[in-house]
Amino acid sequence: MAKETYVYKVFERFWHWSQAFLILFLAVTGFDIHGSFNLMGFESAVRWHNISLWALVTLIVFAIFWHFTTGEWRQYIPTSKFIKAQIAYYITGIFKGAPHPTKKSVYNKFNPLQRLVYLGLKIFAIPVQVITGFLYLYYKYPSGGAIKSIDMVNLRLIALIHTIGAFALVAFVIAHVYLTTTGKKPLEAMKAMITGWEELEDEHEVIDQNTAVEKDQKEN
Amino acid sequence: MKKKLLPFLAIVLIPQIFLAIAILDKPKQMDPAVLEALKVEVQNRPKKAVDHSMFAELQKDFKRPQEVTEACLSCHTGRGDELLTNHHWLWERESFIEGRGVVYLGKKNLVNNFCTGIGGSEGTCNKCHAGYGWEDDTFDFTKQRNMDCLICHDNTQTYEKASGGAGYPPSSGPLAPDYNYITANVGKPTKYNCGYCHFYSAGGNNIKHGHLEEALLNTNRNVDVHMAREGLDMSCTDCHKTQNHIMLGRYYGTASNDYNRATCTQCHGNTPHAMSKLNEHTVKVACQTCHIPTYAKVNPTKTYWDWSTACDLHDGKPIEYMDSTGRISYQSIKGTAYWASNVEPEYVWFNGQADHMLVSDSITEFPVKINTLFGDYTDSKAQIWPVKIHRGKQPFDPHYHRILKAKLWDREPGKGGLWVDFNWESSLREGMKIAGLPWSGQWEFVETEMFLPISHMVSPKEMSLSCSDCHTREGSRLHNLTDFYMPARDRSATLDTIGILLILGTLFGVITHGTMRIIAYRRRKKISSK
Repeated sequence: MAKETYVYKVFERFWHWSQAFLILFLAVTGFDIHGSFNLMGFESAVRWHNISLWALVTLIVFAIFWHFTTGEWRQYIPTSKFIKAQIAYYITGIFKGAPHPTKKSVYNKFNPLQRLVYLGLKIFAIPVQVITGFLYLYYKYPSGGAIKSIDMVNLRLIALIHTIGAFALVAFVIAHVYLTTTGKKPLEAMKAMITGWEELEDEHEVIDQNTAVEKDQKEN
Repeated sequence: MKKKLLPFLAIVLIPQIFLAIAILDKPKQMDPAVLEALKVEVQNRPKKAVDHSMFAELQKDFKRPQEVTEACLSCHTGRGDELLTNHHWLWERESFIEGRGVVYLGKKNLVNNFCTGIGGSEGTCNKCHAGYGWEDDTFDFTKQRNMDCLICHDNTQTYEKASGGAGYPPSSGPLAPDYNYITANVGKPTKYNCGYCHFYSAGGNNIKHGHLEEALLNTNRNVDVHMAREGLDMSCTDCHKTQNHIMLGRYYGTASNDYNRATCTQCHGNTPHAMSKLNEHTVKVACQTCHIPTYAKVNPTKTYWDWSTACDLHDGKPIEYMDSTGRISYQSIKGTAYWASNVEPEYVWFNGQADHMLVSDSITEFPVKINTLFGDYTDSKAQIWPVKIHRGKQPFDPHYHRILKAKLWDREPGKGGLWVDFNWESSLREGMKIAGLPWSGQWEFVETEMFLPISHMVSPKEMSLSCSDCHTREGSRLHNLTDFYMPARDRSATLDTIGILLILGTLFGVITHGTMRIIAYRRRKKISSK
């Protein structure tokens, strides 16, 4: 039985959309600084990039706190279970109208691919961007009326890593937005992320179905 | 279904907008209180302590300028001793240059690519020497009575030195000085005193430096924010502070070592901007780079001097051509000249140390570097500096691989002075004889470059360079300095291509996947409806 369930809490949605907005804004200002296009001019782009950097870092600090206090961090523990099934679903099953290989619940919001990608985002991509970003910003810094310098050969390596990260994040956003349409209805996931409510299978049925699929796979 | 879209959007957008508005206000770039304090400090100049018209020593009937000097030194004891070792007197300084060791360099022996140097032409060049009678290498640098006090300390603006007078003022005629009037009005050097020589180097106003010229005597903020008449009207010595005749400031282009220089930071400090990012730039960028966006803002400066065309005579007489703007484009005595005004400087790394070509140097690289400014990105003392690079062509000995010195001037014809005889052969022979170096008898003209760092004509802050003057892909002011990564100007083209392909690939992937899903969905629908 499908049931309207409250999946995404207020903070979670606030965090998600703020982060989405900030990442896109950082991408626009960042590529402006990079010289890919000239939208607001170098000086304004730098200023806005730095402002949104601080907003994002603040947000991330709160998000980390939230993940640990609520135990939501467990949702990101990677699993190899069903990962092949999930890939197979996107390659073939989805075109045949096959059911999703895993079922979503409040306690298991992400499919195995999501777990892997989001975890990678959290512990690799975003930290790399934040660290290279801070090095970029503070490799020269004021100290007692003088300017000190972190002993680095030059900015080039830092800048190139930061650029790779930016391209990767933009590609992630494109894929991520597209994959939101792969639910039962194309706008279902988007709606859920806005309102917090989503139609989910009944808890017990989810568990039953998941174990059933697991059995199926073992038998095959 | 709980529709909470509006409150939710409020949660998301309000903090962002709030943050934006709070910081949108553009930060001020310098603390006005600091500037005000500096203005007060500059305006507190000491008043004249004594009235020189009261002194009996200065009422004498002076026949020769040396008598004035003796009168000065009779009260100002010890000042002559100070000047004995001073560069305004010696025209040379002890320098240490890597690869050369300790050398004594100055106008006395250096080569430039304007009038090429004083050797052999002291009689006319040394009009600007703070002394009397330096005509050739027999001049006695220990005789204090030959020092010229008035050229720097005359406050009447009437003291003149004669052309071709080896530093002496005219002894008769309308320009002969009225010593009693002048000595009654002596004082600290003004812009006029310094400018008497420094504005006219290389033979005319602004020809050499491009940022030191007579327009500074009466100027506005846009030309020079410090010297503007409606502003602080600062004089040279407000920055080039002087103790015991040792002036703060040694010209960056000709002084080899980095000490005792006049700097912007001596008043403004190392971190004058309110915005930290700008202060951080000072580690690698000299103040002058952003704050002197153009030079030769009023009168033009020479940018190119081709000696190879000199000595063309018309009916045996020297000629002179002017271009449509009144600039001298050709002179038989000097060759061809190009001029420019409102010039954007070129930019180089410079750590304060310089090397100088000596006439004895064997030349291997062309264009010949008359001087070399040291430094690069990895040098912690080097900054990016604005320079005027003066280019030209001058005589060269293809056999000995040396830049040749020509004797330019003499009082009489037939003694090898180029400006009198218009004969390269005899003037090169005389010039090299004076330089004490052999000459093969052959000469050709080679390209030379001289680097002149720019430090004057500081613009008001509104006119200084903005970020995108350098931080831009196309037309960056620093396009020549490629030994470091600069945001917006630089990128890895390969990496950018890969990144764009990644994004396009992802877009292509999702569009294809989505289209296939729609097609598959329709097909399934058709089948199920059947």
